[in-house]
Formats: sequence, structure tokens, C-alpha cells
Amino acid sequence: MEQKNRFTDKTLQTIVGNLLRYGVWLALSVGAIGGTVYLIKHGHETIHYGSFTESDKSIGQLIHEMISGVREGSGTAIIFSGIILLFLTPALRLVLSFFSFLIEKDYLYVLITLVVMLIIGISISLGYSH
Amino acid sequence: MTILAFTLIMLLGAFMAGLIGSLSGLGGGIIIIPLLTIGLGVDIHYAVGAALVSVIATSSGSAAAYVREGITNMRLGIFLEIATTTGAVCGALISTIAPGSFIAVLFGLTLIFSSINSLRKKEEQVLEQSSPLARKLKLDGSYPDTNGHPIRYGTKHVLGGFGMMGIAGMMSGLLGIGSGAFKVIAMDNIMRIPFKVSTTTSNFMMGVTAIASTVIYLQKGYVQPGICMPTMIGVLFGSIAGSRILIRSNPKKLRLFFAVIILLLAINMIYHGIAGKI
Repeated sequence: MEQKNRFTDKTLQTIVGNLLRYGVWLALSVGAIGGTVYLIKHGHETIHYGSFTESDKSIGQLIHEMISGVREGSGTAIIFSGIILLFLTPALRLVLSFFSFLIEKDYLYVLITLVVMLIIGISISLGYSH
Repeated sequence: MTILAFTLIMLLGAFMAGLIGSLSGLGGGIIIIPLLTIGLGVDIHYAVGAALVSVIATSSGSAAAYVREGITNMRLGIFLEIATTTGAVCGALISTIAPGSFIAVLFGLTLIFSSINSLRKKEEQVLEQSSPLARKLKLDGSYPDTNGHPIRYGTKHVLGGFGMMGIAGMMSGLLGIGSGAFKVIAMDNIMRIPFKVSTTTSNFMMGVTAIASTVIYLQKGYVQPGICMPTMIGVLFGSIAGSRILIRSNPKKLRLFFAVIILLLAINMIYHGIAGKI
């Protein structure tokens, strides 16, 4: 039993390590492509980052806008999809460890991982006023 | 300033930030914020959003190697993530109602604390006996030494460390930093985890902690693609370059040099915050 657990822990380490590495590079490449498109189209325009205007959009709305933006070839939308990919990397890591603890029958850690996922879920719903 | 000029300055600036962050051991976010706000006049809320995105990129990038080597204690990390994500959500919510000057002053104070903390001598410690709660949570572990032999270690004061991690998460969500300094206090000083394990585990946790607060920033419109893109690319390459330099040079002298720079940045940040310029 001890031997078997050690094996799955080691396997998890390899999978998670690879996931984190390739996830970041994928997100960065998409971001760089979007950035190039954005600069070609808007590079000569003036920035307006001096004052902050609060917006209030749910994550679903944002992703919806992103998809239609990417279809239209909008640079900011492509950068945005890179940022979303970047978010998915640690999120997927969490999901992976959830299943790995499940396979190891380590139910205490299945529960702990669930709690962390729940907190992130709550933060999504707290992020905008309904 | 045109978008092109801004992007080029930010690429270079973020590269330097990643480099200094990695050499000083303080993380890239800590320099990104002063650079964006004082240097380029960007609103601090946008700066925090961009810094958080870059924290996710660098922490995932460097965590990859340590996880594969088996140094990171994944159980410990995931358990403490309950505290850091809760803290991060609170921090992000406070940030959405807090004025920019408040964030700037708090940021400056955190910078001072972190840079002094980075100069402290770190001794490798191994706790033989775990506390009952730590054993129950299976928080003890082992990591390979330079010859590949496993070194076993235990831990104690789980609740104290958990509480400190909550504060670390809150600072991260509020200020857009990885708050490595707070995490190290929680794991090294309180829980008595070996230094090598605590730094890598802290890095491993940053990604998940940062998404908990960044989804709030994202929905509030703090995450500006035009700012985030050069920031995350620059910081990531800067920190990769930094870790290469670190292998070949004396980190002690470098740390002192950067601690002084960061102290000056902190004073500048506090001054700007109090003067109401941020």
C-alpha cells in the first residue's frame, strides 16, 4: 500500500510539473500573438491608463465577449484568452490533485481540495454585483 | 504616450522587475507596481491587476521544476491554500473599495518589511517530531538532498501557520504581490518547515492564491490586456534570466544591494500615497 501511494505521488509530481510548465508557455504564446495583433492595429494610439473606470461583468459575459472578439481578430481579445489560459493552469493543477487524491483514497485531502475549489467558486460569484 | 511606446517600455521594465525580483528573492510583482504607478502614471488598480497576472505566470513557471524534483510539499501547499485563498478573496474585496493612496502606503510598508526580511539569515532546520494535528493532516514529508537521499522533516504549530497564511493571502489579494515574505514567516518561523521546502511550496501556492483574487479583479475590469501582455512576458523572461544569474553569483551581496533599492522604492511609494499622487 505504502509503495503504491509513493508511486502515484511521484506520477502526480511529473504530471503537475509538466502541466504548469506547458500551460505557462502556451498562455504566453497566445498573449504574444494577441499583443502583436493589438500593436499593429492600435500601436499609434494614445494610452489612457491614468484613471480607473470600474466595470462590472460576470466571468461568463467576459468569456462570451472574448470569443466573439477573437473571431473578429481583436488583439485585446486574443491577449485576454492568453490570460484566461494562464488562469486555467493552476486551476487545472487543483483539479488534477483532486483526482489523484481520489485515486489514492486520501479522502481528507479530497475534501481539502474541494474546499479550495469552493472558495475560488465563491470569489467568482463575489466579483460582480448580481 | 502611444500604446507602442508604452508596450516597449513595459517589456523592458517588466524584464528588469522580473530580474530584480528573482535575484532579491522578493518576486516580480513588488517592482511592477511602483514602475507602473510612479514611473508610468498608471492607476494603481490596473497596476495591481497586471502584477497579479504576472505573479501567476512566474510562480507556475518556476514551480514546475521544483514539483518535479519532489521538493514541494503538495499536501502542505493545498492545505494552506484554504487560508491563502480565503485571505486573497478578502484582500481583493477590500481593494475594490479602498482608495489608491491607502493601497500605496500599505504597499510601501510591506515593501520595507519584505526587504528587511529578505536579509535575515536563513538556517536549514529539520524538525524531528510532528505535532499531533500535523500528523493527522499528513503535513510531514521528505525532500531529496544534493545527493538524492531523502531528508525527512516534521512540522508543528499548524493553526498559527494557517492564520499567518491567511494574512499572506490577504496582502497578495490587496497589493498584487506573491507575498513570499509572509508565507516564509508562516512556514519557516512558525511551522518549522525546512527553508528549501517552504520557499518552493510558497511558490507552488501562489498561482491558486492569485486566481482567487484575480477573478474578482477581472470582473471589476482591473485586468487590462494592454498592460498585462508586456508585463507578464517581461517578468517571466526576467525571472528566468535572474535564476540563471543566481546560480553563478554570490546572492548575499546582491540581496543587500537590492534591499537598499527596494527600501528607496518603498519610501517613494509611501510619499506618493500620502501626498495623494496615486
